[in-house]
Amino acid sequence: MSLQFMITVTLNGLTLAALYFIVASGFSLIFGLMRTVNMAHGSLYMIGAYVGFAVFDSLYASNATADYAWYVGLLAGVAAAAVAGVVMQVVFLGWMQGQELRQALVTIGLSIIIADQLLAHFGGNPFQFFAPDALFGPTPVPVIGRYSTFRLFQIGLALAVGVGLWLLLNKTRLGIMVRAGVDDRQMLAACGVNVPLIAVATFALGAGLAGLGGVVGATAQPVALGVDVKFLLTSLVVVIVGGMGSIGGTAIGAILIGVAEQWGQALFPTYSVILTFAIMVAVLAVRPQGLLGRTGR
Amino acid sequence: MGGRLEIDDLHVNFGQAVILQGVTLSLDRAPLSLVGRNGMGKSTLCHAIMGMVAAQKGSVTLDGRPLLGLGPSRVARGGIALVPQGRRMFPSLSVHEHLLLVAGRTKGAWTVERVYETFPRLAERRRNGGNQLSGGEQQMLAISRALLMNPRIVIMDEPSEGLAPVIVDHLIETLRAIAAEGMGVLLVEQNMRVATSVSDQVAIMVTGQIAATMPARDLEADRDAQRRYLGVSHGH
Ligand SMILES: Nc1ncnc2c1ncn2[C@@H]1O[C@H](COP(=O)(O)OP(=O)(O)OP(=O)(O)O)[C@@H](O)[C@H]1O
Ligand SMILES: [Mg+2]
Repeated sequence: MSLQFMITVTLNGLTLAALYFIVASGFSLIFGLMRTVNMAHGSLYMIGAYVGFAVFDSLYASNATADYAWYVGLLAGVAAAAVAGVVMQVVFLGWMQGQELRQALVTIGLSIIIADQLLAHFGGNPFQFFAPDALFGPTPVPVIGRYSTFRLFQIGLALAVGVGLWLLLNKTRLGIMVRAGVDDRQMLAACGVNVPLIAVATFALGAGLAGLGGVVGATAQPVALGVDVKFLLTSLVVVIVGGMGSIGGTAIGAILIGVAEQWGQALFPTYSVILTFAIMVAVLAVRPQGLLGRTGR
Repeated sequence: MGGRLEIDDLHVNFGQAVILQGVTLSLDRAPLSLVGRNGMGKSTLCHAIMGMVAAQKGSVTLDGRPLLGLGPSRVARGGIALVPQGRRMFPSLSVHEHLLLVAGRTKGAWTVERVYETFPRLAERRRNGGNQLSGGEQQMLAISRALLMNPRIVIMDEPSEGLAPVIVDHLIETLRAIAAEGMGVLLVEQNMRVATSVSDQVAIMVTGQIAATMPARDLEADRDAQRRYLGVSHGH
């Protein structure tokens, strides 16, 4: 096994981890504050991808040299997912706060409806964004020669998301409120904070991250129906491994799962799927709360 | 500052369990202590006033404005702050963040600077987590968190619980100063010394009702009433 090969596989793993982190951090954020296991998180990813692509495609069709099409599509995808998340929280989930099983079932129902609606409106053909010029093609990388610019951008974006979330949670008043709400929602309300509003903001952010992942994921690889389930499962596995509600844990979980998946595919393609779940089972056996998770509330 | 809190015929059930059965109580300028044995419903009353538990019947008003059904955040913004039993710090927040969380949303005498002047200990510990503080420091922080909302009425649920006697002395001073400034104080206490040092009047709660309201001195002097209502032979 050459060093070049090892670096490439690891980079591929980190690229995948970056995408997983972007998507799963939104899932983790929502779970952390609201204890809502949002089974429609993968659907929010799809909404981001589909709506973003619809906007991108119409701009691109009118002017194929329009470099801004991708960026506009990105914004549209994030916004569409955020809006969908807000609607979910306000219309369905907000008033069943604390009833986790009911929320899980409702979001499963929503995910089925959303998948069907996307199929009805956008059809079932796979599609893929074209990356804008700045992110297109290869970039020279030491040892391995060159590597996809967009994939490197993906890693950078995940870092930016991680740093941004850290700053938001630790350096802003909204972040203080969100963390206080994770600790004790009722006491936060007794401090005069409009907790449902914080919940909606958090849901918008978490859903927007899923939408961001959708556009980025659909630029890196063609997207087809069914990815909602894949990304929901991956988000679940990542936050279970990393620890529910912890952004740092989500990062570690995403890296572990992403890198393991790529190495698994490189070394034993047939069984690579099992590796992901083997990691989850191993972590659950040793640290049921996840690597960085806290026990209890 | 200050306000008139009226609680009238308040009933609270938890499922089949009847916890408050017609509490009637009013608080005006003077601080009032509420005493009673464990499990009599004192905390439930605090929570019902704040809107943290639902009431089945009765009314709670602040200066004539009904509070029931508003929910805790609007009750808090309406001018009532709670220092909860067990302090309920936010483990994820530092001391300073606890203060930032509530600071600046209301105009009034209490600001973060004033909190740090009043409780220099908190200034020293401003970077520490809410759970890394001693019991006394936590209580100061819980009180500060309430004061920074510049409420008209502050409800304190057993603030002396678990504190060393010297710290309790300091607590008494703090509570008296708060009351002297004109903020309404409803003090739930099991410690008779604290109750009688802070307020002239004491209400006694027995199984979800106010059994009696009497001058604090009288209850202090009346060992028999203390035994009957509080199950203590001596203020502990
Ligand atoms: N959420 C709840 N569900 C069911 N019962 C409850 C609940 N909260 C309190 N109780 C019960 O209500 C009764 C009154 O409780 P409460 O906490 O108000 O008493 P308290 O007077 O504050 O007691 P203490 O002095 O120990 O704090 C107790 O019997 C308690 O077990
Ligand atoms: Mg109590």
